[in-house]
This record gives sequence, C-alpha cells and structure tokens, in this order.
Amino acid sequence: MSYSTIIEDNIDILVVGAGLGGTGAAFEARYWGQDKKIVIAEKANIMRSGAVAQGLYAINCYMGTRFGENNPEDHVRYARIDLMGMVREDLLFDMARHVDSAVHNFEEWGLPIMRNEKKGSYLREGRWQIMIHGESYKPIVADAAKKSSDKVFNRICVTHLLMDESKENRVAGAVGFNVRTGNYHVFKSKTVICGAGGASNIFKPRSVGEGAGRVWYAPWSSGSAYGLMIEAGAKMTQMENRIVLARFKDGYGPVGAYFLHLKTYTQNGYGEEYESKWFPALQQMVGKEYLDPEVSHRTHRPIPTCLRNHAIINEVNAGRGPIHMVTMEAFQDPHLEEIGWHNFLGMTVGQAVLWAATDVDPKYENPELTTSEPYVMGSHATGCGAWCSGPEDLSPPEYFWGYNRMTTVEGLFGAGDAVGGTPHAFSSGSFTEGRLAAKAACKYIDDGKAEGIRVSDAQINRRREQVYKPLETYSVYSNEVVAGTVNPNFINPRQGLDRLQKMMDEYCGGFGVNYMTNDKLLNIGLKKMSILGEDLEKVAASDIHELLRAWELKHRFLTSESVFHHTLFRKETRWPGYYYRGDVMKLDDKDWHVLTVSRRDPKSGEYTMEKAPLYHLVGDVEKAAPVDHH
Amino acid sequence: MPTFVYMTRCDGCGECVDICPSDIMHIDKTLRRAYNIEPSMCWECYSCVKACPHQAIDVRGYADFAPLGHSVRVIRDEEKGTIAWRIKFRNGKKDMELLAPITTKPWGSATPDLGKVPAPSKEMRDSQLLFNEPKYIRMDDGGLHTLQSNGLEIKKGVQY
Ligand SMILES: Cc1cc2nc3c(=O)[nH]c(=O)nc-3n(C[C@H](O)[C@H](O)[C@H](O)COP(=O)(O)OP(=O)(O)OC[C@H]3O[C@@H](n4cnc5c(N)ncnc54)[C@H](O)[C@@H]3O)c2cc1C
Ligand code: SF4
Ligand code: SF4
Repeated sequence: MSYSTIIEDNIDILVVGAGLGGTGAAFEARYWGQDKKIVIAEKANIMRSGAVAQGLYAINCYMGTRFGENNPEDHVRYARIDLMGMVREDLLFDMARHVDSAVHNFEEWGLPIMRNEKKGSYLREGRWQIMIHGESYKPIVADAAKKSSDKVFNRICVTHLLMDESKENRVAGAVGFNVRTGNYHVFKSKTVICGAGGASNIFKPRSVGEGAGRVWYAPWSSGSAYGLMIEAGAKMTQMENRIVLARFKDGYGPVGAYFLHLKTYTQNGYGEEYESKWFPALQQMVGKEYLDPEVSHRTHRPIPTCLRNHAIINEVNAGRGPIHMVTMEAFQDPHLEEIGWHNFLGMTVGQAVLWAATDVDPKYENPELTTSEPYVMGSHATGCGAWCSGPEDLSPPEYFWGYNRMTTVEGLFGAGDAVGGTPHAFSSGSFTEGRLAAKAACKYIDDGKAEGIRVSDAQINRRREQVYKPLETYSVYSNEVVAGTVNPNFINPRQGLDRLQKMMDEYCGGFGVNYMTNDKLLNIGLKKMSILGEDLEKVAASDIHELLRAWELKHRFLTSESVFHHTLFRKETRWPGYYYRGDVMKLDDKDWHVLTVSRRDPKSGEYTMEKAPLYHLVGDVEKAAPVDHH
Repeated sequence: MPTFVYMTRCDGCGECVDICPSDIMHIDKTLRRAYNIEPSMCWECYSCVKACPHQAIDVRGYADFAPLGHSVRVIRDEEKGTIAWRIKFRNGKKDMELLAPITTKPWGSATPDLGKVPAPSKEMRDSQLLFNEPKYIRMDDGGLHTLQSNGLEIKKGVQY
C-alpha cells in the first residue's frame, strides 16, 4: 500500500478525540503549558464532532454557587443516590467545585445562556440544569480549543496508543490513519489525554434498516476511549453500569426539559399512574436506603433513574403499555409549546422530523415513550470508564497516585466519558474534567515524569501493519468470489457489528431480553465473544471509509468484552431498570458495596477483576433551601 | 432521518463532506456531487444541512418508521448569529417557524488566546485552581471549595 507515514514528533500533550472533554483539555493545557506543544487528533472535524455535534438546549451540570444555589457536595449526594451509591465521590466533588467556572467562560465566549429575569440568575430547567440556546455550543468550544492548540489534525481515526519502550506501562503517543487520504499518522507525545467518547451501537438498537443510525447517543460514539485504554492495559471501573434511557419512542428525543421545565408526566396506555405500584416490590429488591418514595416526596432526594425505568419496563410487560408522556396540558401554553419544540431542534432534530412525519402534535396527542437499548458511557446518568487518580487534596490513598485524572497507565489521562465513576458530568462536567486533566498532564511533564521515552520503529511498523490489515485482507480474498458481500474468508464491518449487537442483546441484557441476564448466559456470551475476537482479525475493508468502520468495530468489541466481564463479576442486581442478573435479583450491600475494577493484560488478553473500596462524603447536612425551578 | 442531496442544487463544493461527523457525505466521482453513502449511520444531526451554502441537502425521515411528506428545513446564519427553522407536518395542518440565537458575540471573536495571558504563578500551579479561578467560580472573592471549607470528611464503607 502506498500510504505515507507522517510523524508528528516532540508533542507534550496529545488530545485524542476533541469532544467536550478533549476541547476542555486542549484549551486549558495552553494556560499551564504556554511553551508546550499541544496537538489534537480527532476522527471527525472538531467544529461538529462528538455527542454535542448538533448542539444542546441545556447545560445539565451547573452548581450556581455564584447565585447561592448549590454546593458541590449537594451534587455528589444527588449523583450518589441516582447511581445507587456507586460513584467516585472525590472525582465528583472535584468536578462540581470547578464546573461553574467552565460555564462562566462559555458565556463570555458567546454561548447564549437564558436568564431568569426576576432573579438575575440563569434560567433553571431543574436543580442542576440551565437552559441555553446551544446550537453552536460545539463550534464555540472548538474555537477555544483550536486557539490553544499548535495543530489540529481532523479526520484522524486513532487506532492504538503508543507505549514507551524504556519504562513499562508508560504511554508514548498514539497512531491512526487519515480517513480521507489513508495516510498513516504517528504522534509521539509525552502525555495523552483520551477524550474519545462513549459507546453507542454495541447493544442491538431498536431501530432497524435505514433507521439504524437513530440511536440515542451519537452513532459515531464508537467506544474508542475504552477500546484505546483497555488495549493499553489501563484499569477500568464500573463497566457493567450501562445505561438505558426512557425517551420519546423512535426519535429518542430528550425528556429532561419536558419533565423538569414543562412539568409533563407519564401514564400508562390506559391513562393511569403506574409508577408507585411497582415501588413496594422494588423496595424489597434494593432496600429502603435506595428507594423510599416518602422521603423522596418530602425532600428533594430523587428516585434513581434506573428504578423509574424499572416501573416502565414492568408496566409494559404487564400489558398496559405504551407509556405516554402527558404533554397535552403543558402544550396549551404557547410559550411552553415553543420551548418543547426548540428543545428538540437544539439537540435531537430527528424527533421533530418524526413528529412532523407522523402528524404527532403534542398539543392534541400524548406521545409515546420507550426504554432504549443500553449504552456504555461515563458522563450521563452512568459512570463507565477508566480507573483514574483523584486530586491530592480530596482523594483517599486507594484513589490517589499522583496526578488528577491519570489512568493506571503513566502519562495517560482521561476526560468525559473516558473517566469512570463520574456520572452526571454531562457537557460542562466533561469539559471541566478535560481542564483538570490538562493541568495535571502539564505538571507530570514539569515534574520530569516523561523523560527518556523511547518508541522504536519496530513498534511503529507493527502498528502500521495492523492498521491496514483489513484493507489487505480485502484485496487478498475479495476476488475469490464472483461478487457480493458473502465471503468465506472474511466478514465486513457491518456484518461484525450485527453479530456483536445480537450477542450483547441476547447474552448481556439488551432490550430484546428485557435487560435480563445471568451467569450462564454471560459465560456463553464470553465464549462467543472470544470467537468473534478471532473473526475480527479477519475483518475486511474495501476502502478507507470501511477501514474507519473496521476500527470503530474493534473498539466497540473491546468495550463490550469488558462489559461482559464486569457484569459477570458483580454478583447482584445493583441497578434494576438498567439490567438484571436473574440469578442474583437483589442488591447486596454486604458484599457489593464496592467499585469493580478490571484490567486486561495487553499481552495475553486475560482479564483480572478486583473490588475497590467505596468512600463517601460525610458530615454534610443539606443546608440549601429547595430551589425554585422557575 | 437520513440526508439526501438535490441534483440541481449541489455544486460539489464539499462543505458537507468536510463537516459530517459520521464521514458519510461523499462526492460521487462521476456526478461530482455529494451524496449520503451510508444512511444507516446518519444521526440526522443536520450538521451538513446547516453547512451547505446552496441548501442542497434535505432530510427524509428514516424509512423504517417515518412516513413520507413532512419537512424540517433550517438556515443557520453566523453573521446574524441566528438559526431559523421551519417545520411542516405531513397532513399540512401544522406549519411552524422557530428562530433562536446561536451566539451573543461577533462570530469567532470572543475566545481567548491563553498563550498570551500572564503565566500562572508557582502558588497557582501548586494549588487546585484552574485558569480564571477562583474568580470565575463565584464571580466575587470566594475561594475554591474543599473538604475542610465545607465541613466534610471522606470515609470508607456504607455511610448513609
Ligand atoms: C442526545 C443527547 C443529549 C444530551 N443532552 C445533554 C444536555 O442537555 N446537557 C448536557 O450538559 N449534556 C448533554 N448530553 C451529554 C454530553 O453530550 C456528553 O456528556 C459529552 O459530550 C461527553 O463528552 P466527551 O468528550 O466524553 O465525548 P464526546 O463529546 O462525544 O467526544 C468524543 C470525541 O472523540 C472523537 N473520537 C471518537 N473516536 C475517536 C478515535 N478513534 N480517534 C479520534 N477521535 C475519536 C469523536 O469524534 C468526538 O469528537 C447529551 C448527549 C446526547 C447524545
Ligand atoms: S455542501 Fe451542498 S453544495 Fe456543497 S457538496 Fe455538499 S451538498 Fe453539494
Ligand atoms: S445529518 Fe449529520 S450524520 Fe447525517 S449526513 Fe448530515 S452531517 Fe452526517
């Protein structure tokens, strides 16, 4: 193959994937490293890449400390209960104490944030959410990141991290290929901040055929953050903690503003309230500590998202579906109606298209809701991701090894979906995490931790061969058959993805089995996964675009394998409504009030699993008065 | 809703190719115009629609669940700093126009160059502060929250 090898050398900070986490990292790195070389490698175009490509209508994580609204520990308490206790409270507190400064910067850069005219504060959608006109959220933050970077390489699909050959377990950069020219790109760098995002499309989606791109998280969220870090031997945490979203049917339009701001609510197909009747039995499963509707009514302790899903799933299974969102009341107010539509246009245009196509006018008809296929990510209401060090002033010894947001691979940092145990960071929190990682990465370099890094040509060439192997496989075998996509020697990326999704759905608790699995199913699934792993060595790509899909698939595969191992390891049902272990249907705080941590040995591919202790913030009594949401 | 491109409007400029996050807008080699090469990986994010200088790209709801006959069109204007939408229902009964701002500043003018601001002091480097902090947290004199300042401890085990 005639592709050139292009080497970018002497990089101090390489940002892999510049979504909200990566842009935050590149931006902040320039401040702490004014003379450092900062480079972005991004598989799309940073102006419209990642989960925020089409914009957002709300910033879901903002404390409002400036307006006396919330303290960081309030947010930790909220995320903790929502995730049934399983969070990294040091990382969460750290994110929450800085997040407001990110938002105030965004406003200065021109992001239109709505104001509460009476109070002068930002207009709240809910206790943590503020409303924005965020169509250009991504180009605005990307512009800041671009100004901070020496170079931005768009359209580079990063396939592997490079490892130092003079010191074990230390990162040395990354490699990938340009999805337009096909050229091989080598980035030699002292540190890497991985912001390559979460994973959609690893469980079979509800949409089929042409609609398969209508997934809740973006179809380009290829699990690359996990794939890259797992492959390099970084420890991962909470990978079993996939998320299922209750969203408008088919379009997966967001519901946050509907519930919180428009005050719409749900009922079953027969117009009845259904949620409360599932709670007594559910309380038996999870315990009163996690579900106490009375306390939730009295205080503003939320009912965990997964438990609300549980009620929807069971009501539908009992034959009283579909679940409807009651919009007919709120939408009589023209102002609220407009907000309802703007909300879609600002972040999920497809939902507006769908209602226009099906003549669903929420003013006169209550639209259907559904529970989605599961997603693996770490910045929304779930916390999958890498096991990272916290900041030195907050973290207990088990959570601290020198540099904030550094993974267990030296010099490799994470931000956003990449970091485990930090749910409810959302866009602003992901950006904040990128900033924190960037400051720590600069310090790591200034402390001399990146000295003497060596990368041999052998390593670079070995990766080069692997990168292009799918093209090679195609050119060797495709002419053995007359035409078409059926070949005895290879599968194409779409065929591999279909197999992965079917397997995840049936053995790992997808929507097709009502989110149910058990140890038997998981063990069978793992066996089939290892065979799929062998077949992926023979995945074939007919052109550079398919080569991109091949590598996305490989990253999705590594992510999925980790999800399997974690789901098998945690012998309890911690999050009913996200998934169920049929063999252990109860939450078990005695044995499983812990975080799960895994490592895949890069040489053997073997997994080891361990439990890590959970620390909680105590001594805090909720002082803040209930926030008026209007 | 996968995108499609009107033959008579597209001039092959490649703006859509440059922006699509899914890498699915490509230029057809014979026709020299753009088209969606992989509709099943389209998120109907409208990035390409907004970027096309000739309004040549439109969206037709996914065939597996969206009937024909609707339209959601958009014009994004960086100079005016606005985005304008028009939604038409299939049955022709609803036809909405919605307008929103996309920025409050002249486009691309307000992000700082951190290479040129005064470098952080050693105290700042050794602290937990980020750029513009602590000022930008409360916009007044308050400091950064710590466990101590907030009367907190971090303890192992089930604590609630
Ligand atoms: C429909 C929807 C609604 C949401 N609503 C809200 C909301 O209202 N408010 C809110 O605050 N948050 C919201 N979020 C969440 C928010 O978008 C995410 O939390 C945030 O974007 C996560 O940031 P990230 O940097 O981890 O990932 P992303 O922003 O997805 O960035 C990942 C980046 O990595 C790149 N990449 C991936 N693989 C590779 C590779 N192999 N090589 C190179 N680059 C790669 C991608 O192209 C992308 O640029 C929403 C998300 C979705 C999908
Ligand atoms: S941006 Fe518009 S005119 Fe340009 S190639 Fe794409 S569809 Fe054609
Ligand atoms: S709508 Fe988005 S995903 Fe679809 S072709 Fe356009 S830019 Fe690509």
